[in-house]
Amino acid sequence: MLSIQNIAKSFDALQVLEDLSFEVRDGEFVAIIGPSGSGKSTLFQLIGGVASIDKGAILLNEGDIQQKRGTIGYMPQQPSLLPWRTVLENVTIVEELQRKPNTERAKIWLKKVGLESFIHAYPHELSGGMQQRVSFIRAMVSDKPILCLDEPFSALDEFTRLEMQAWLLSIWEEYRKSILFVTHSIEEALFLADRILILTKRPASIKKEMIVPFARPRQEEIRHSTTFTALKQQLFTYLQEEKGDVYAD
Amino acid sequence: MKQALHKGRTIFFIAFLLFVWELIVHMAEVPHWLLPAPSSILLEAFQSYQAFLPHAFATVQLALLGLAIGIGCGLTVAIVLHRFTFIRELFYPILIMSQNIPILVLAPLLIIWFGFGLLPKLIIICLVCFFPIVIAAMDGFRQTDAALKHYFEMIGASKAQTFWKLEWPYAYPAIFSGIKIAATYSVMGAVIAEWLGAKKGIGVYMTLAQSSFRTDRVFVAIFAIVLLSLLLFSSIRLIEKFMVKGRGYYAQHSKHR
Repeated sequence: MLSIQNIAKSFDALQVLEDLSFEVRDGEFVAIIGPSGSGKSTLFQLIGGVASIDKGAILLNEGDIQQKRGTIGYMPQQPSLLPWRTVLENVTIVEELQRKPNTERAKIWLKKVGLESFIHAYPHELSGGMQQRVSFIRAMVSDKPILCLDEPFSALDEFTRLEMQAWLLSIWEEYRKSILFVTHSIEEALFLADRILILTKRPASIKKEMIVPFARPRQEEIRHSTTFTALKQQLFTYLQEEKGDVYAD
Repeated sequence: MKQALHKGRTIFFIAFLLFVWELIVHMAEVPHWLLPAPSSILLEAFQSYQAFLPHAFATVQLALLGLAIGIGCGLTVAIVLHRFTFIRELFYPILIMSQNIPILVLAPLLIIWFGFGLLPKLIIICLVCFFPIVIAAMDGFRQTDAALKHYFEMIGASKAQTFWKLEWPYAYPAIFSGIKIAATYSVMGAVIAEWLGAKKGIGVYMTLAQSSFRTDRVFVAIFAIVLLSLLLFSSIRLIEKFMVKGRGYYAQHSKHR
């Protein structure tokens, strides 16, 4: 379980996060949405241990992970695959930092998700969507207690994005690994997550929490249900309220 | 196909230029000792290649040895300067300034200090090759994609891991373009070093040819130098193709192909 407790963070005079608390329970899919510039990326840097927090605590399975790197699985916005490594060599990079990587396990994962024929391909031979699949599997194979996904589909075109959401869901519903998913797409959050946290504008804290009522495994059809539309409307209103002067700078 | 056509065109144009040269020499009746025709240079090359080969061989040996040492020193310095900010701030400006000293003027000094042996010659070649490699490698390290660096931070890579697994391989194309420039310099450096005093080498051959007004032999030496530089350049390109993997679109960043 990931537990964020009353953390605050500022860069010089700019207060980015203030008294922010939430939890991601084991096997839970939590999405975070917020106005742009609300400190979503900063939050990931803090959880990843790249930057220090000013106040509060970050606990992972009761252990303090403040400024401790390499404790979470991470999938960035860009695929960030190393161009000189094959798909297989890319997938094992995280493990490689600690010990000799288990390529057999990585191969099994790639097979499971239909990337078998690309095992020895180089990233530039893959489409953008395929690269993001590899990037996700890399985070899965890193075998950390929680995955942090930072707007992973925002650089893809609409059609590929919908395809990727369904793909991610099919894998996640089978393995139920805890996921913290930052996005700026309301629909994406509703379709994927168990719970949605809405951030306030800067300095960010939790404005609202929404439990997504759809049963799993989820079908594409829920996107067209009246509940989906109503919740979307609700989330949109929350975000509207927070828009404010955030664009002023 | 298009590239082959392009290459064919270049070769054809060079042949055309040589033809013009030949024509001018014959029409204007330029004396042989002033400017020999390409045909007589070719003839001389065929007649005396047995005497010339040992010289060429010595130069190649010298150039390769100097280049290897230059690459070694260049990469080591680049890595040290890249990884230790303090040392970089101290030495980088000196490095840039030192390039304003023409290496040639250092040659007499090196002879005074180290005599006529192998060492001063290697130092000259090393100095000539060193700079393009250091600059290219450091640029390559520095230009590492910021998104990839951030990713490495997030997955908990140490500084050393980030360097050896990310920045170092990322810089391969840049390093190779530095080595390609250094390679052509190395042949030139070797010939200049031989001018200063050696028993064998293209430089020695040139000095002898010059003092006896055998201009055709001077040209044989010049063409041999060009040929050797090209050969070295293409071998390094070949090695580059094997070493730089998976960058179909990306290898094009490497200049001077």
